[in-house]
Amino acid sequence: MDFPVELLINALIAGILLGGFYAAVTVGISISFGILDIVNIAHPAFIILGSYIAYILNQRLGLDPILVSILVLPFFYYLGSLVYQVYYLSFEKRGQEALRGLAFFFGLLFVTEVVLILVFGVDYRYVQAGYIDTTLRFSFLDLPMRMVVPFVISMILVLGLQLFLSKTFTGRAIMAVAQDQLALSLMAADPIRIKRIAFSISIATAAIAGALLIIIQPVEPSVGREYIGRVFAICVLGGMGSLPGTLIAALLLGIVESITSTFYGPSWAPAVAFGFLLITLAVRPSGILGR
Amino acid sequence: MTAPLLKIDNVGKRFGGFVALDGINLEVARGERLGLIGPNGSGKSTLVNCMSGTLHNETGTVTFDGHPMNGLLAHQRTHLGLARSFQLPRPFHSLSVAENIRVPLLYTVRQRRDVPHTREELEHRCHEVLGLVGLEHKARKQPKDLTQVEMRKLELARAMAAEPKLLIADEAMAGLSESEVKDIVALLIALNERGITIILIEHIMTAVMSFSQRLAVLVSGRKIADGDPQDVIRDPEVERAYLGQ
Amino acid sequence: MRTWQFFLVSLVIALAGFMGARLLQNDYLFFAGYVVLQFIVLATAWNILGGYCGYVNFGSAAFFAMGAYTTVVMTKLPAFANRHFPEEIAALVGIPPIPVLILLGGVIAGLVGLGTGYLTLRLRGVFFAIATLALAVVLQTLIVNWDFVGGSRGAYVIRPATAPLFGINYIEYLFLVMLVLVVVALTTARAIERSRLGYGFATIRDDELAAEASGVPTLKLKLVATTLSGAFMGMAGAPFPYYIGFLEPSSAFGLAYAVNAIAMPMIGGTTSWVGPLLGAVLLGTLQQLATVTISSAVSLLLVGLLLVFFVIIAPNGLLGLWHDYFGRKHKTEDESKTAAVKTS
Repeated sequence: MDFPVELLINALIAGILLGGFYAAVTVGISISFGILDIVNIAHPAFIILGSYIAYILNQRLGLDPILVSILVLPFFYYLGSLVYQVYYLSFEKRGQEALRGLAFFFGLLFVTEVVLILVFGVDYRYVQAGYIDTTLRFSFLDLPMRMVVPFVISMILVLGLQLFLSKTFTGRAIMAVAQDQLALSLMAADPIRIKRIAFSISIATAAIAGALLIIIQPVEPSVGREYIGRVFAICVLGGMGSLPGTLIAALLLGIVESITSTFYGPSWAPAVAFGFLLITLAVRPSGILGR
Repeated sequence: MTAPLLKIDNVGKRFGGFVALDGINLEVARGERLGLIGPNGSGKSTLVNCMSGTLHNETGTVTFDGHPMNGLLAHQRTHLGLARSFQLPRPFHSLSVAENIRVPLLYTVRQRRDVPHTREELEHRCHEVLGLVGLEHKARKQPKDLTQVEMRKLELARAMAAEPKLLIADEAMAGLSESEVKDIVALLIALNERGITIILIEHIMTAVMSFSQRLAVLVSGRKIADGDPQDVIRDPEVERAYLGQ
Repeated sequence: MRTWQFFLVSLVIALAGFMGARLLQNDYLFFAGYVVLQFIVLATAWNILGGYCGYVNFGSAAFFAMGAYTTVVMTKLPAFANRHFPEEIAALVGIPPIPVLILLGGVIAGLVGLGTGYLTLRLRGVFFAIATLALAVVLQTLIVNWDFVGGSRGAYVIRPATAPLFGINYIEYLFLVMLVLVVVALTTARAIERSRLGYGFATIRDDELAAEASGVPTLKLKLVATTLSGAFMGMAGAPFPYYIGFLEPSSAFGLAYAVNAIAMPMIGGTTSWVGPLLGAVLLGTLQQLATVTISSAVSLLLVGLLLVFFVIIAPNGLLGLWHDYFGRKHKTEDESKTAAVKTS
């Protein structure tokens, strides 16, 4: 019997490309949850929002979705600031983060999805761009550009953020605020401002992730919810707030999902991520590169 | 020679790369009054947490009343008779003061066979404990209506209500006035005379010296002195590491 | 009021209400009312874990669907038995009556709750919350891929022509069954509040570390709460296939259940059994009105917006606003709660 090696290798490649994209999707949560300890389960909603904005501007003005995402980065950044202000004033300051903060973000997630349904309906939307329908072929290897381009952009995003966090003053302050707020304030950096910047950055990444998402697959409002499990699974598996860990975990998840999808059918894919998450939480909550 | 009530044997605890406790050896005899002092960050609270089960030590063993503690959860240790108060008071905010005391009565004392625990006895005990710390007049109030000092007393009362064999008082007197400190020390000594072994962790030296029968000193995760209080405070290493500051 | 007294009084009030509603001769009342009753049970169930213990469950839909699909499985068993087993055995397999289905649904959902709790409750509350989200998706995927219950195509459940009770039609029967379940749920919630268990739950919510130090077996209690909560949600879901006639995964696992299960207690007030009741009745009615006059999507949007609004502005819900306004009422409740524990 012929073991489908070619199929396996293609599934592997697809998984790596997918995993890279998943890293871009998760990096925002790595910052907001992993570093800042804010359970922003509405993150996928912001991503879907980014997808729809890319869709509109792509449809009306013919702009490339990635270009759109870069143009709307400031908007998403300020949206993040606004959300953080509300979160901080309503919950963090009062010390009531746990239950109410979760309910708040869940409410945001929900409201965003319903508003999108009301405005756009439940049809799938997709974008048009030159490279989306192209596939590079090397003997039996299939490299669809709609996966490759997002992969490349994702790598740039994750690498850029890692450099930012490790090399710049603000970036290092963000890493520090997670560990010791008091020490940070003694170094003349306002912890609240640092946290707000970090959260705003995390939402800004959603703009890019959203554009990449709609390049990879058609989007409809409930797609966001499928990503909640993936995103938190990757974040926890990657060791909460470690960007290199996030990347490794994302690649791993992408590969497992891709192979499951290829050999057992795509309808099982959502369960893979969530299954991953449940197992990780039960067995090794400190992640692969755990402390 | 009778076995010690609490035996801490080579206990170690790390947080990532930071060694909080490094091979601590400590024994507490039944009925003893032990004082534990040391600079901030020396690992005192970590040691308390490892004793009470809030944290789990990676190396070494904790043995209480003959029972090995490794792996036991905090509430199980409380049931066996090991109670602690928290350095920063952690009251149950949605319950009244009396109800705060009622919790350890309902969940710890009721499990014990060596302590009376019918409903009436528990109620009586609740009022008794409140009276001991002088909070009876605030029984119906919420923790948020208490002063800082009263919250510390509530914290101590809650630990006492669990009818412990060993009570660990973790910096229970910070911020109290001189007379209040004296009151608490008297209270703890009275508890001790009723048979409760007490470990007192404090910075206030007058309290430590008037209370302790034995004194141990923790610095940077290591025990550097253990013995008669008068001898220990004269130990040059102790002076250098802690008292001289 | 002792627990059994509360149960009887509530039952009497509920039955009286039922009789009164029958006089109006309006079937729609029972149709819409059933949905509101369902929500009361879901909200009360959610609150046992969420309001009393402080652990948020985002996957209420999963537990509800467990109950519903247990019923579906049971309705399909006779046909399955006929095809695969000899006649004598197949004849023994029938569809159990609704009360039995409810118990079954409760058991299955309760076990799922226990399992999820066991895997995740040793971690922080947020991980439990995320795990419940994950659970909902995993279970939905499993059901979608399971042909026996219809998979993604859905399953038809035929409503019997006559109700097991004399003189009422089937919808009224379902309404009555759900009404009894509401009384049971409310009685249970109230009994918990005033018991030693309720104190334990409150300490978990207020400060889990201090609770452990005081001797409260937090993990065990959390598992009790999760199991009870899940069981009641499953019980609420068990009659659903009969009510709706056709069950498909997207409606059973619908987001409406997840949001309402959270919004109703949080808007009503999480600290007592009255809150979820209040929230469910108000929001449930509001949604029925909005669905009929505008659209179901808009009614859901309203719920979401109200949730966000209340969480920010009035975190203790309508009950909290009431207590703040009538300050003294809170103090008297405290004293009666104290007395209740002493005497119960």
